[in-house]
Amino acid sequence: MITILDYGLGNIGSLKNMFKRIRQNVNITSSPCQIIKSTKIVIPGVGSFDEAMNRINNIKGLKEALNLKALHHKIPILGVCLGMQLLTHKSEEGTLDGFKWIPGETKRFPKSSKFKIPHMGWNEVSSRNLKSKLIKNINHDDRYYFVHSYYVKVHNEDHSLLKTKHNIEFDSAINKDNLYGVQFHPEKSHKYGMKILKNFSEISC
Amino acid sequence: MLRKRIIPILSIQNDSLVKTINFKKINYIGDPCNTVRIFNELEVDELVICDIRASLDKSEPNFKLLQDISSECFMPLVYGGGIKSLDQAKKIFDLGFEKIIINSFCFTVHNILSKIASSYGSQALLCSIDVKKNFFGKKLVYSHSGTHNTNHTPLFWAKEVEKRGAGEILLTSIDREGTWKGFDFDLSSYIAKNTSIPVIGHGGASSINDINEILSKTDLSGVALGSMVLYQKKGMGVLINFPNKRLLSQY
Repeated sequence: MITILDYGLGNIGSLKNMFKRIRQNVNITSSPCQIIKSTKIVIPGVGSFDEAMNRINNIKGLKEALNLKALHHKIPILGVCLGMQLLTHKSEEGTLDGFKWIPGETKRFPKSSKFKIPHMGWNEVSSRNLKSKLIKNINHDDRYYFVHSYYVKVHNEDHSLLKTKHNIEFDSAINKDNLYGVQFHPEKSHKYGMKILKNFSEISC
Repeated sequence: MLRKRIIPILSIQNDSLVKTINFKKINYIGDPCNTVRIFNELEVDELVICDIRASLDKSEPNFKLLQDISSECFMPLVYGGGIKSLDQAKKIFDLGFEKIIINSFCFTVHNILSKIASSYGSQALLCSIDVKKNFFGKKLVYSHSGTHNTNHTPLFWAKEVEKRGAGEILLTSIDREGTWKGFDFDLSSYIAKNTSIPVIGHGGASSINDINEILSKTDLSGVALGSMVLYQKKGMGVLINFPNKRLLSQY
């Protein structure tokens, strides 16, 4: 069973659709009690950094429950898009702290006339760390759907799984221990994204 | 490298998939869900669904149909038609759509763009700009499925919606739409060059050459295709198809 955190932001419908297609049961919740019981969590997110952290901070006990699962119970957790950015320390999009689970920060793409912001559309990835279970069996010509104006830069290169170029090179997938993040939308990336979510569902708890 | 997108655009009316010519002549195509299923198999880059009656009839979006569509799709989905409140936008996002299109209600509900952008981010907000030549041959922006002249020039309006929070522009030439006469090259090129958000060109595509030419020579971030992906050829029967990726250049 995969728990999808529902804090009011993010494309929960499409994640649910894709997990259903790969025959995974999902539980959609924002209740700290349910989070405590879960064995695998996906943190989605579309919107702004502070709005997301505010909503999480405002649900009593939620942040504590998530910290417990991430850092002590060490269950697999996957942040998607803004959900991945929340795993870092902070973001140039706001002033609030992130979860600080993976050392790194979220920055705004530099202005450029050639590279439009948001970085929106299908792009490629280059792999840094093929041993990670999340990116098992991915091919160099697989493509993924991105929509974001801010990007993640991890402090420790060992935590970078995939990189993508849009004007600058950024971390498009990250991993530290049991914690994973993808900047693109696997639930919207046809069979390529399906592979990533399948890999995540197969990581042993 | 970020690929330029090629996006089928599907018009719906009640529960049917239709195709218009110049936003007027309406032809029946078939069942929207079956069509969407085929586009999913063809692994298209993105899909736009437009309800061409909702704004005119002041009706709610067809949520049931949109739910059926989104459960078949594993690519980015965009919906437009009749959205005038944050509540309606939320419902569409919850169904699994990434982006919504606002057009007619930008003109009447002044803060609708900024309201949606501050809750869901600009990336989720596409503004549709429909352009038609007026009696004197001047290209102007029309709303309500091309029936209402707003008297704005396309560039003024593009900059305005960008300022109000739109994250992307769907630029349609009503004069070319459904005609197979090729894109409005000058309009697309001019708007894409002078805005900093992505612009998708739409209206008139007839061949792979049209697509290759406009994507290689302008700053468009993608093109939307109607007739080309719904019919075999101009004047021929319905055939759901998508350009062969190998025939498309890398831009």
